[in-house]
Formats: sequence, structure tokens, C-alpha cells
Amino acid sequence: MNRRTLLATATLGFGLAFGGAAAAQGMDKVKACFVYVGPIGDGGWTFQHHQGALDLQKEYGDKVEIAFQENVPEGADAERVLTQMALSGCNIIFTTSFGYMDPTNAVAGKFPDVKFEHATGYKREHPNVSTYNARFYEGRAVQGHIAGKMTKSNKIGYIASFPIPEVVMGINAFYLHAKKVNPAVELTVVWAFTWFDPAKEADAAKAMIEQGVDVIASHTDSTAPLAEAAKTPGVIGFGQASDMAAYAPSPRVSSIIDNWAPYYIKRVGALLDGSYAQADAWEGIAGGEVEIGAITDAVPAEIKAEAEALRDSIAAGTYHPFTGPINKQDGSVWLAEGATAPDGDLLGMGFYVEGITGEIPN
Amino acid sequence: MIGGISPTLLIASLMVASVPIILAAIGELVAERAGVLNLGVEGMMIMGAVCGFIAAVESGSPLVGFVGGAAGGAVLAFIFALLTQVMLANQVATGLALTLFGLGLSSMLGQRYVGIKPPATFDLPLGPLTQIPVLGPILFSHDWVVYFSLALVAATWWTLRATRAGLILRAVGESHDAAHALGYKVRRIRMLALLFGGAMAGMGGAYISLVRVPQWTDGITAGAGWIALAIVVFASWRPWRALIGAYLFGGITVLQLNLQAAGARIPVEYLSMSPYLITILVLVIISSGKGRATSAPANLGQNFHASR
Repeated sequence: MNRRTLLATATLGFGLAFGGAAAAQGMDKVKACFVYVGPIGDGGWTFQHHQGALDLQKEYGDKVEIAFQENVPEGADAERVLTQMALSGCNIIFTTSFGYMDPTNAVAGKFPDVKFEHATGYKREHPNVSTYNARFYEGRAVQGHIAGKMTKSNKIGYIASFPIPEVVMGINAFYLHAKKVNPAVELTVVWAFTWFDPAKEADAAKAMIEQGVDVIASHTDSTAPLAEAAKTPGVIGFGQASDMAAYAPSPRVSSIIDNWAPYYIKRVGALLDGSYAQADAWEGIAGGEVEIGAITDAVPAEIKAEAEALRDSIAAGTYHPFTGPINKQDGSVWLAEGATAPDGDLLGMGFYVEGITGEIPN
Repeated sequence: MIGGISPTLLIASLMVASVPIILAAIGELVAERAGVLNLGVEGMMIMGAVCGFIAAVESGSPLVGFVGGAAGGAVLAFIFALLTQVMLANQVATGLALTLFGLGLSSMLGQRYVGIKPPATFDLPLGPLTQIPVLGPILFSHDWVVYFSLALVAATWWTLRATRAGLILRAVGESHDAAHALGYKVRRIRMLALLFGGAMAGMGGAYISLVRVPQWTDGITAGAGWIALAIVVFASWRPWRALIGAYLFGGITVLQLNLQAAGARIPVEYLSMSPYLITILVLVIISSGKGRATSAPANLGQNFHASR
């Protein structure tokens, strides 16, 4: 071995050593993968996650590679997709629907080196599973305020997807704030049992409109409820997950916009610089993950001002949408005067608050 | 009003809700009667939905939209016809592939059309008829496609049952060898039946994107094509039974949402599964009994080659 090859070998050795050290702390390039429950063109939930993914790509350029799979059914199929992603070299996998909770944890156990991030869930069974969510109920409170003030028939409706805490929380926040400004208000809840089925969502909206409901909030993914509301003058609704500005100024009078980009950029950034750690993130209006879309002129200026004041007080932390006294549906006390809801109660919420009729399906 | 639900409005909305499924089911029924199993209904529907939407938006005319939708579905059916009738590919595999292809292609074509409103399809101006109590809202205040779908069922029933063309079509489906021996062009007849099936599925899709949910979103048909396929089988290949099936399914879907909205004290789980359960149950009961009930065309799904 002459001096030149010796030097080359030594350099290579150093390189390997440093390279190895760097890998333990951070990464040169991250492959970030996303599992979507609907199509990226749904104009709502999945669309917003995909926007977050695209912003992530823009932020880090060549250092990040993005892959995604649309229309993945919740349940066993998801496990197959996740396994395939993990095998295909994904470093971090974002699973963007509640129903991926168990598949995510199951697959995470088999791939300890891959980071898993599950949206809107609460199970972190392995050190490589993190969960993230947004406090959508803060936005629902603002919507409820507008709904209570705007309804003429005193009947407001809510198209719900599945009976999970996330959805129940939204219904409760919506109702409480409508009731607060309009004690005569009645809430109708229709369970669609789907996240994405435009025709069914439209049918649900139609059924409610035929029964006199004139403000419709939805917790499904497409813009169909707004398209249906647009057919009947005087009926208003809200953009859900995405701004849905195509339906402004009416029926869409405001919206809840999910902005996942800051979280995705933060987490992948942490993976790149080596500061990544398991997390349970739950940001709201204050953190920028929940945005309230512009309130249109279809809403009178004073109501708009009140709604914006409510939004700002939530953002400032001076007001919590679940502040006692609040009773459960059966009349038992949930929150005493002045008490605010602990996060644990919210994340496991399986009851309606007092005044809502009907039962939550199991 | 019964329990807060108005039966008149309910029947009127179920007629609208069932149109896409009827159109697609009748198209598939004709294709299957000719002996071809096309599992690509969902793909043809969504192609119809996107092509119809694009045609309507670009031309400003909903009528052009429906023609465009029918053309979109027919083009996809033509691909299927080429593969299965000329190249003799397996029909089940080709049909499934067609659905995947249709979903992907429609998503690509529709990218620029998300968030646009199509021109409105208005109810037919039936004047004083719409003022008749009860019957007016139920029968006389719909758009033309609703009436078209009913006429289509009647026409298909009549053609299959009482005309020479219908007899030939059924002969091809029952025994392509015999039909061939008699000098009928098996392949040509099947291709025409497939094109008809594609056009109807496409129109059904266009009805979803232009009338029921007037917008374009990826995956807008959300499984309606599969329902149509199932209804054809459970209706044992009879047009009127397919209509009953589609109305039952559409009706119970609308009814269960109305019951929920009216606050009925029935657990939501049962309500949600009721459209599927009741439709299957009723059609199975109608189709059972009386010996000749399970009348699948004898050569359904089998490829034909003249050299045999």
C-alpha cells in the first residue's frame, strides 16, 4: 500500500466516521410519505394535507423527497400501504386520518427506524409514533356564534362523518356557541358514515334543508354540502378544512382552514437536523394550524365583528371554548362554573352537551 | 308531514337521487344481456362525470354536457370493447383495470375544473302541471334527465322483450355460437351493446357532476358504479326490477338521512346500513321463486372467437 492509497483510505475512513455520526444526529435527505383518505382534489381535508406536503417540498427543495398515496381505505388496507411505504425507503410517514390509528401503530412496531406521524389520533404505542392534531373546536366555536346569530328558522344542522371524539368535540363547540347567542336554537345532526361521498353529503344537506334547517356546518371532506346549500336562497354554510372560497360570499360565509404546512416543515426539519423527538402536538388558532377564513359580507358587520373578537380572544388564550358551567346531555355536571375542559376530556369526548337531542352512534 | 318528513318532498328527492344509478344499471344490463360482463362501470361513470362537466362548462350548455358525458363513457367502453372483443382479453380483469384507469384519467382531466360551478340544469317548464298538489312536486317538477331515465327503462324493456333487435341481442348473450351460426355478427353486436352501456354510465356520471352535486371533485361518483353493477345482478337482468332496485336504494338512502335529520329514535347504525340490506333483500325476494328466476345470460363473461 503506497502513501496515496493510504491517504485515500484514511480519508474514506474519516468520511465514513463523520458520515455515520451525522446520520445518528440528522439526515442529508428525507423521504416524507403521506397517506390520504380521499383524493388530493377533494377541495377539503386531503387537499389541505397535500398543500402542506407541497409547501414542505418547497421549503427544503432537494433535501426532501415526497411520496403519497390517495384514497387509502381506513383499516387493514392501510396496513398494507404503510408497510409498502416503509419498505420503499420512507423516513417519515404521515398518516392523515383518524382511522389509520391502529394500522399506524401496528406497522410502526415492525419498522423502528421509520418515524410515523398520525393525525388526529391518540395512540402512541411505540417510541417512533407521534400524533398531531389541530384544535378545530376553536374554529367551530366561531362558526357556532355566526350560526346562532344568522339562523332565521332557529334550526341549524351539522353533517357529521364518524362518531369519534374529534367530530363530537366539533358538534359540542358549535352547539354551545350557537346556543349562547340564541337560546331558541335547535341542532340537527346527520351522520353520513363517510368522510368523502359528495352525492351522499349533498343528500344529507338536502334532507336538512327540506326540514327547515338554514345554517349547515359539515365535518366531511367535500364541497358538496355547499353546492347543495347554494341551490336554496337563504341557506348558509361554512368551508370545511379548506377555504372553499368558490362558494363565497354565500352560501359560504366563513370557513375553517387547516394549515398543516408549519407542522410538516417543523417535523421534517427536525429530522434533517437531528432534533427529532416523539411528540403529541395539538395547536389551534394561536399556533396557526387552524385559520378562520374571511367572513363574507353576507354576514352583518356587527356579527362579523363579534365573531372576529371571539376568534381573537381564543387565539390570545383569554377564552377557552369549553368553559363551565357545562352539563352533559344527561344533565350531569361536566364542567363547573369557570372551569375549562382538560385536554384529556376533549380527546376522549364521547358525549353530547346538554340541549343536543339524539344519540351518538357507537 | 309524517314525523317532520314530507313524503312528497321525499319521493321527489328519491327520484333525483336514483337517476345516476338507473342510467348506469340499464346500460350495464344491456351489455350483460349481450353476454359481456363489464366491471368498469365506475370508471365509465366518472369519465362521464368529468367529460360532461368539462363540456358543460366550456360550452355553457348542460345539454352539451350530457352529450359530452355520454361520449366520455362511450370512449372508455370502446377501449374495453377493443380489448375484450377484438383482442379477447379477460373481461373481469379488463373491467377492473378500466375502473382504475377511469379514476386516474378523470382526476387528471378535471384538475383545472375544481371549484367551478357548471351551468344549471333547469326543471322542465310543465306549467300548470307543477301546481297539482302532491303529484305536481313528485311527477312534474324535475329536469329532463329524470324523465329520460324513466323512458329509457321502458324503451329497454320494450326493445328486449318485443323487438327483433332485442331478440338478437339476447340470442348473442345466451349462445354466441348459435347466434354466429345463424349469421349474426356477434362481435359487432356486443361492441354496440358495450358502447350503449358506456354512454349511459357516462350520462349517469354527468348527472352527478352537473345536477346532484353541481361541481367537479376527484372521485365524485364514490362507488355509485358498483351499486349499479350489483343492482343489475340482483334484479336478475330485468329493466323494471333494476328500476325498483335503484329507487329502493336511492329512496332508502334519502329516507335514512331524513329520518336522522328529523331526529327519529332509530340507531344510526341501522339506518346507515338499511339501503344496502333492504335493496338486496327485496330484489332477492322478487327474483326468487318461479323456476326461471335466476336468468343470467348463459354466455355472460365468455369471449367469442369465430374460429371455434
